[in-house]
Amino acid sequence: MNVLISLLVVACLLIVGMFGATIAPQWIFAVALPYVAVAVFAIGLAVRVMKWAGVPVPFRIPTTCGQQRSLPWIRQQKLENPSNKLQVLGRMALEVLFFRSLARNTKTELRKERGLVYGTDLFLWIGALAMHWALAVVLIRHLRLFTDPVPAFVTFTEKADGFLEIGLPPVNVTTVVLLCALLYLLYRRLANARVRYISLPEDYFALFLLLGIAGSGAWMRHISHTDVAGVKELALSLVHFSPMVPTGISPLFFGHLFLVCVLLMYFPLGKLVHGPGVFLSPTRNMANNNRAVRHVNPWDYPVKVHTYEEYEDEFREKMIAAGLPVDKE
Amino acid sequence: MSRFDEPDYYKKEELVQIQPKPPRTPWMETPVDFRPGTYIYPGKAKNLKVLDLPNPRDWAVTDVDWQLPEGWQKTILEGMADRLKRFRSFKLFMDICVRCGACADKCHFFIGSGDPKNMPVLRAELLRSVYRKDFTALGKVFGKLAGGRELTVDVLKEWFYYFYQCTECRRCSVFCPYGIDTAEITMMGRELLGLLGLYVNWVIEPVANCFRTGNHLGITPHGLADTLEFMTEDIEEATGIKIDVPINKKGAEILFFTPSGDYVAAPGIYTCMSYMLLFNELGVDYTWSTYASDGGNFGLFTSHEAMKRLNAKVYAEAKRLGVKWIMGGECGHMWRVVNQYMDTMNGPADFLEVPKSPVTGTVFENARSTKAVHIMEFMSDVIRHGKLKLDPSRNDHIRVTFHDSCNPARAMGILEEPRYVIRHACNHFYEMPENTIREQTFCCGGGAGLGTDENMEMRLRGGMPRGNAVRYVQEKYGVNQLAAMCAIDRATLPTVCDYWAPGVQVTGISELVANATVFKGEKRRTHNLRLEPIPGMATEDEESEADLVGAGAPGEGQGGMGHE
Repeated sequence: MNVLISLLVVACLLIVGMFGATIAPQWIFAVALPYVAVAVFAIGLAVRVMKWAGVPVPFRIPTTCGQQRSLPWIRQQKLENPSNKLQVLGRMALEVLFFRSLARNTKTELRKERGLVYGTDLFLWIGALAMHWALAVVLIRHLRLFTDPVPAFVTFTEKADGFLEIGLPPVNVTTVVLLCALLYLLYRRLANARVRYISLPEDYFALFLLLGIAGSGAWMRHISHTDVAGVKELALSLVHFSPMVPTGISPLFFGHLFLVCVLLMYFPLGKLVHGPGVFLSPTRNMANNNRAVRHVNPWDYPVKVHTYEEYEDEFREKMIAAGLPVDKE
Repeated sequence: MSRFDEPDYYKKEELVQIQPKPPRTPWMETPVDFRPGTYIYPGKAKNLKVLDLPNPRDWAVTDVDWQLPEGWQKTILEGMADRLKRFRSFKLFMDICVRCGACADKCHFFIGSGDPKNMPVLRAELLRSVYRKDFTALGKVFGKLAGGRELTVDVLKEWFYYFYQCTECRRCSVFCPYGIDTAEITMMGRELLGLLGLYVNWVIEPVANCFRTGNHLGITPHGLADTLEFMTEDIEEATGIKIDVPINKKGAEILFFTPSGDYVAAPGIYTCMSYMLLFNELGVDYTWSTYASDGGNFGLFTSHEAMKRLNAKVYAEAKRLGVKWIMGGECGHMWRVVNQYMDTMNGPADFLEVPKSPVTGTVFENARSTKAVHIMEFMSDVIRHGKLKLDPSRNDHIRVTFHDSCNPARAMGILEEPRYVIRHACNHFYEMPENTIREQTFCCGGGAGLGTDENMEMRLRGGMPRGNAVRYVQEKYGVNQLAAMCAIDRATLPTVCDYWAPGVQVTGISELVANATVFKGEKRRTHNLRLEPIPGMATEDEESEADLVGAGAPGEGQGGMGHE
């Protein structure tokens, strides 16, 4: 049910994008919407992040995943249990670039004879890493459309990506990886009963949206070619704030563009904010040095305590009888 | 016939029949089933009154009407709004979960019960669904389609059930790609429930006791003095050494505090006796306190405010007694509080000095601000400097494994110190499988205030992963003792071990050290601190005599396993 709704929504969005551009005035889909989408994305994300950043971190609560810094002869695991900012930076880099925590993933099984057994389970890690890195490369490749002259690193990335030299234009490895990774993540969400049980429509929506974008992109490159020169003309005109819509761009491109715009606008609202969010995660971005450097809680307030005087008042006689020292005889 | 609050009531074959598939009904439409053995009795009115907490009344979990105060939905939603403004962790963890499910089979309660709402992700979704409905744009517009849901009495009951089926062990947060920590979620959930006077008695009574008497068990000052005095008699019987017990001593160098569980029940008492013996041997100038007589802090399982209220006694007492620094004993959640909260909540401790070992002169730089040192940091340093004469062969009848307690492992990272100490006190030390120790360690199933007998089914289920790993080293290496530096472990793991790995006893690390130490002026050591004969040390007569006496349950383990 959740799956079908999400699939249907994304399919409808694609169709709206493809044919909307032919029915409605082109500037709506080609010019106004991209501008709005980018603005919503940038402002929405900034607001979201600022909202998080505006909430204080009252306590220092890192999850420690290795040996602490203590005595000089005990070897600290600096990247798993950092004790200063530089080490935290290292831990965060591992987390953000290589999904360190996901790489720990295990699966647990209860077997009749042996009881519980644990095995390494790296599929999710590989799938997630492949998806994110491929997406990053795809985005870099797209810079070609927004720049003139095209920077060397973009050309280089593109060359490297197409090193297999299959087809014309050559098939980019990241296109294949991205599509496969997305399909695997979708498959996992559907095939694993547990994950299916916890999934919300949004979880499928995000996957279908990305699949729609990547699929339509690949289709345009390899199956029904669109006028790339025209697309670049449009992209550059948007970048230079002198929008101009060339004729002859295929409807599929507008479908692709429309889905991208939806993604941009949805990004700051939904679960995709995990990207910027991970940078702010207090269990990961804090040093475990609370005993060495005092952490201050900005909203700390006095609480009602039971003072020693009150305590002694209640027990004084018995304390004296037991030979325990007291403050007031 | 045994009752639901006794382990015998549960057949192992039935307990391991775990349904691997989630139910047919979606989780939002699956109501909670309060089955005896899986929930904890509510907090009694008298305890709430001691602490000035809202809505004190006596009620039962199985009541249809929980006697909630007027306008309770508003109270909860305002409480959420308030906490979303005060805790970035809460706000962020409500927002960034992608439901990848990496956390699912990392939770001991999920592994042991198969109940999908014990997957950390769903435990958080219980709160998140309400958050989405009332605090996010998508939820406000799309409602259920965006995963939002109305806050109803049934939702509240679900919160109560599942936030007291989480031991705040943080194992899931190790595996989460965003570091989402279910302990934070559970703490917020419990705080919110508390606004309506919904507590469990196993947590709130210790908090009330601790507030008034300084310790969770409600031991009075003279009672504590008697208890410790009584221990010195056993110490003398085992070692021939007569020791003094410094209590509330002004001007001592070190204030020592430890969880109160170790004052009263075996095997914790042996750990407590060992502290006194070892401090005496090393000539440490320390004092116990009756006012700050608990290092444990069930406030952590109640609310941030309750935690601060109880923890305030430690620094206050250190100041009153004029000590130089503080040392803490073997405890789990106590060290979460000391390492991550104490200085922030009740510091700065600028009236204390940077801790310096009186035995070795080592300065504990890592405790420069808090001025609180873990006994294993202290002991490993002492042993490293050769200041204790150890004869580990006295522990040769013991094949020991080490259970990392959740909080020292994942809220501190004290992993090597205890292992170093154990290796020097015992010749036979075996690690459990790597997915079950260190930062991946499994909870005992009874932490965070869940270790009560009426919760026996969940304790056994939650203890299954740990018990299973113990069983593994028992079969493979003949392990017969499990060392743990946590008082809750020492209280709850005997039940878990008896059930899942019968024959394995539980011990503190200090106990192993004291039994291995050659004390100055000791008598011929024939019995350990439990007053059991030490194989190879006692004469045959002494051993057989003790066998007759000790034919009960604890003795079985020793006889059954691991003799060489």
